[in-house]
Amino acid sequence: MIIQCAEAIVELNGDLVYKRRIEKRYRVKELDTRIRKERTKSEAKLISEARRKGVPTPIIFDVQDHELVMERIEGDLAREVIDVAISERIGELVGILHRNSIIHGDLTTSNIIVGHDKIIYFIDFGLAFIESNVETKGVDVHVFFQSLRGTHESHDHLKESFVKGYKRSFPTAAAQVLKRVAEIERRGRYARQSKTESAKVTAQ
Amino acid sequence: MKELLYIIEIMTIVLGLEGTAWNLSAAVVSEEDVLYDAESTYMPLQGGIHPREAAQHHASEMKDVVSRALRAVKEEGILLKHIDAIAYSQGPGLGPCLRTVATAARALSTSLKIPLIGVNHCIAHIEIGRWRCGAIDPVVLYVSGANSQVLAYRAGRYRVLGETLDIGIGNAIDKFARYLGLSHPGGPKIEQLASKSTNYVPLPYIIKGMDLSFSGLSTAAKDATDSHPAEKADICYSFQETAFAMLTEVSERAMAHCSRDELLLAGGVGANKRLQQMLQLMCRDRGARFYVPEARYLKDNGSMIAYVGLIMYKHGDITPLEQSGVNPHFRPDDVKVTWRKNESFKT
Ligand SMILES: Nc1ncnc2c1ncn2[C@@H]1O[C@H](COP(=O)(O)OP(=O)(O)O)[C@@H](O)[C@H]1O
Ligand SMILES: [Mg+2]
Repeated sequence: MIIQCAEAIVELNGDLVYKRRIEKRYRVKELDTRIRKERTKSEAKLISEARRKGVPTPIIFDVQDHELVMERIEGDLAREVIDVAISERIGELVGILHRNSIIHGDLTTSNIIVGHDKIIYFIDFGLAFIESNVETKGVDVHVFFQSLRGTHESHDHLKESFVKGYKRSFPTAAAQVLKRVAEIERRGRYARQSKTESAKVTAQ
Repeated sequence: MKELLYIIEIMTIVLGLEGTAWNLSAAVVSEEDVLYDAESTYMPLQGGIHPREAAQHHASEMKDVVSRALRAVKEEGILLKHIDAIAYSQGPGLGPCLRTVATAARALSTSLKIPLIGVNHCIAHIEIGRWRCGAIDPVVLYVSGANSQVLAYRAGRYRVLGETLDIGIGNAIDKFARYLGLSHPGGPKIEQLASKSTNYVPLPYIIKGMDLSFSGLSTAAKDATDSHPAEKADICYSFQETAFAMLTEVSERAMAHCSRDELLLAGGVGANKRLQQMLQLMCRDRGARFYVPEARYLKDNGSMIAYVGLIMYKHGDITPLEQSGVNPHFRPDDVKVTWRKNESFKT
């Protein structure tokens, strides 16, 4: 089976998954090649790093310029099956990533698989990086909340249970990160507009 | 003729006022078509927009713009008494401009004794695009001066799936244009300069999930200009290629995440041909349809306000005087969409 997803073509073949970052014709070649290479490399590195720290991810079997071969996870996308219990566990795992300064970079329910073995796996580390400051963790969590609001009915409950899990595994800084998330959301709401006004820049 | 008159009598007709920023516009829209759109644009003598001066411009031009629209539709037999409601943009936008427009709208609604309808400016861009292009349930890329957002409709609201974490793409372009010494509006001039080059200079490409950041790109482009002042065209080209590829990528991510196969482009920056071309290519490669309305509906216009006023009116969604205050920070996801209930979609 072949899936064309956000930025890659993913081929599910037996026990293996081939993830090929295909060329994007809309992007200048030079930029496109750079992006595809960088993301493939850092995805391979951080997917393994995350697993070492206790966050389930597929095992990587091979890395080439624009292609990864990895273990296939049997299960459903969190997008289809998420509930409060799953969201809490996701929060806990994101807490573990952040405790270890791993920023996922694309935390959406399309990038989390709930395995048939009930284990929750994180995939798609193409935008992941290592960084320890509060702002990047805040943006990471904000991206997840935004994806909940965008696609899920009871997003408020899911958010609450995520927070519960996140605080549990990351007690030292969760409160600080969540405060920053609220600030990032306020920024989206107000700061840009008023900055626009006072800086006398252009239109809507 | 008799028949035409009959149609005018029963058809809903709305007058819409737009003036969130530098363009003031009044338009009359019927259920079937845009009947007339009159406008007057504030031109700052130098630099960017000065909100208070723009508001003064709107105040002094209001009467003229409204009567031009009314005069034009009168020729088609539409009189004041045929107008069913006054719609106005309630936000987001520049406070002083919004207040000027809202005041005029309240006065018209009171004197004509017809309902007032406050419209969200961003939603208006989306809905006029859907109407003019026939898009059904698209992911929307909304790109204007202050805003850059990716949205999709779900359960009664347009949800923001991703947006800029710092400055809007339009403002990023205009600021860079001013840095190059180009006059306002800078966007078209950057586009023109960019078309003279195919030499890509690497610039920061920053996306976070479906969110974007343009401030790093802005700074890097200025630095590149300082160190290579002779290569303006190359830098404009690279700026556009980088920024628009980011916008295209987040649009594609949103389409994959929400399983949608339509993309609608909205907002003033949407007029850029290179951006249109990139989105078109992306859609073609994933077997999706790409929609972009005519240029007059991409820039700020009264027609879109009148049109959304019209569909809100038909769904009984009117704005009581005491709730007619403007909101410079009005977000699209603050709006309860009353008019899409009976449409059926996958969610
Ligand atoms: N290891 C895996 N096991 C099973 N399915 C996978 C695996 N990796 C990816 N997929 C499937 O492919 C889709 C896209 O993969 P992803 O890595 O998220 O690519 P993209 O960056 O294009 O979003 C996922 O949503 C999932 O359905
Ligand atoms: Mg993915």
